[in-house]
Amino acid sequence: MTKPDQERILSYTDALREATDQEMGRDPSVITFGLDVDDPKAIQGTTKGLLQKYGPERVFGTPLAEDAMTGAAIGMALAGLRPIHVHIRMDFVLLAMNQLVNVAAKSRYMYGGKVNVPLVVRSMIGKSWGQGAQHSQGLYSYFMHVPGLRVVAPTTPYDAKGCLIEAIRDNNPVMYVEHRILHFQKGPVPEASYTVPMGKARITAHGDDVTLVGISYMQLECLRAQRYLATVGIQAEVIDPIWLSPLDIDTIVNSVRKTGRLIVVDNGWTTCGASAEIAAQVCERLQDEKPIKVHRMGFAPVTCPTTPALEAHFYPNSRDIASAAHRIVRPGTTWMPEERADLQSIDFKGPF
Amino acid sequence: MTNESLYQSLYRIRRVEEAVAKVYPTDKIKSPVHLSIGQEAVAVGVCAALELQDIVFGTYRSHALYLAKGGDLKAMIAEMYGKDTGAARGKGGSMHLIDLNKGIMGTSAVVGTTIANAVGYAYALKYQRSNAVVVSFMGDGAVDEGVFHESLNFAALKKLPVIFICENNQYAIHTHQLQRQAVGNIYERARVYGMPSERIEGNDVLKIYERVSAAVAALRAGGPGPYFFECMTYRWKEHVGPNEDYQLGYRSRTEAQPWMEMDQVPRIGALVDAAVRAPMEAAIEAEITEAFAFAESSPFPAPAELYTAVYDEA
Repeated sequence: MTKPDQERILSYTDALREATDQEMGRDPSVITFGLDVDDPKAIQGTTKGLLQKYGPERVFGTPLAEDAMTGAAIGMALAGLRPIHVHIRMDFVLLAMNQLVNVAAKSRYMYGGKVNVPLVVRSMIGKSWGQGAQHSQGLYSYFMHVPGLRVVAPTTPYDAKGCLIEAIRDNNPVMYVEHRILHFQKGPVPEASYTVPMGKARITAHGDDVTLVGISYMQLECLRAQRYLATVGIQAEVIDPIWLSPLDIDTIVNSVRKTGRLIVVDNGWTTCGASAEIAAQVCERLQDEKPIKVHRMGFAPVTCPTTPALEAHFYPNSRDIASAAHRIVRPGTTWMPEERADLQSIDFKGPF
Repeated sequence: MTNESLYQSLYRIRRVEEAVAKVYPTDKIKSPVHLSIGQEAVAVGVCAALELQDIVFGTYRSHALYLAKGGDLKAMIAEMYGKDTGAARGKGGSMHLIDLNKGIMGTSAVVGTTIANAVGYAYALKYQRSNAVVVSFMGDGAVDEGVFHESLNFAALKKLPVIFICENNQYAIHTHQLQRQAVGNIYERARVYGMPSERIEGNDVLKIYERVSAAVAALRAGGPGPYFFECMTYRWKEHVGPNEDYQLGYRSRTEAQPWMEMDQVPRIGALVDAAVRAPMEAAIEAEITEAFAFAESSPFPAPAELYTAVYDEA
């Protein structure tokens, strides 16, 4: 007897590759390009085999020209294609801001609804092994700010596949944000095509004492924190927003309505970030209902350093999160869990 | 293409923009306007070489391009009035004209931006085995932008069916080309990216038509693109707005004078029989009057329209 699909285990990278393959197979208007998508390393394997299967017209590496290639992707989308433009680091997307913000986001509106830009922009956030200043930035809040763009940051292999298919089929520009560490995650991924609908968060652990919202990679750290907290009798509810725009604030608000306590842990800086937005919306919604405690965690307000001696303090980890949750659940006490081997962060060995 | 059709287009654009300039001080036009007066020959000559199926992308100074490619005049004027009947339902204004029925895919307020969009559109057409061509209009200011160079390189690399038209009016707002570029060699720069490239002097509508037609024919026959044309021209009015600006001192009327003497509207008009011209001009005047009346009488969009067309939720 074959195993049911739900038990098939795939890595995040293979889930991305499979989603792209399936969509390219069903729709000839889907094409994939970006720096190095057709090289031997195939973007960490996420585009592996696509060139051989679909040919160089539909799968190609580009000149080092993020600005023009983003503009070209928009032109392709206007002509009826569904381009997937891949950036191996999110930092490089900064070179494409004009096209993304001034054209992709605005075309539908400023042309009175006459055109669509069905574009997916994949990009990766790096972490550890000296990624440093220009390989580590989680800049999705820049795009959450702009009407006309959608933003998604899936955490699990299941969501990686389903969100990518959802993004490809959507008629709007979607910023699809991956995290390099998440590429190594393995989990159940059905073989058949499916979508993870936009604007719907997922409750990944249930609890009554505190709500932990973990974005992108920080979802993993929040789930580890939840397990630390359970050892001292604190039940954390953990939420993965998955889609940052549209944002499922209702699921978060409903959780905080129950717990009265919110910690948003972002894989980015807190100032004007996704954590600021989520905290503000929750406060606006609940301020007349009940007193709530709110706390934000994210990158230290500095440039990401390369040395592990400093980088270790740049990111919140599961013990920091657990300690912060403990502090707002049991004010006046301090607690830092002993590190457990089974809850350590994944080690990443370079080079990239 | 006939002298009659060229003149019809040149005269119509000139008179539309003169009407815009006349109405502008009344503040009925709720949009910055960048008039093409003096530069019409480039858009007219290029678009005369195109078919309906061909695609154009333009700049914020695209009234001439929009009209030369067949864009709906009523929708254009209504758009400038901010009316619901406008080309973009009042959400785009003069700088974001579009008419999908005529292959006018959009114009941008950010210099250089649409060059890359045009190149991507051409990639899609090639992939779709279409024999349509794309024309990307830009000014000499766009040559300063990085996206110009990135886009030309990619278009040449993939041999895309795109024709680049640089409308060189010598000024980016008030700054002369040679205050921004060490060498005034725009068409030569394009050539080194790997495409045929030439400069067409004198704002010559017939020459522009002839040279662009040859490029279109070669692309239509399946030959490799892209092509580049630097079309020398001159803006008679201020950068933005309905007036002249020679009093500012960045350029002189003496400099403008030769261009005004080479005005293509009377030049081509003289080639058209007076018996044909008179009714043609009368019909254009009537069409313009009707378009402004349409814009005047059209409703503004309802407040709820503020929130529509952000996303396609289909």
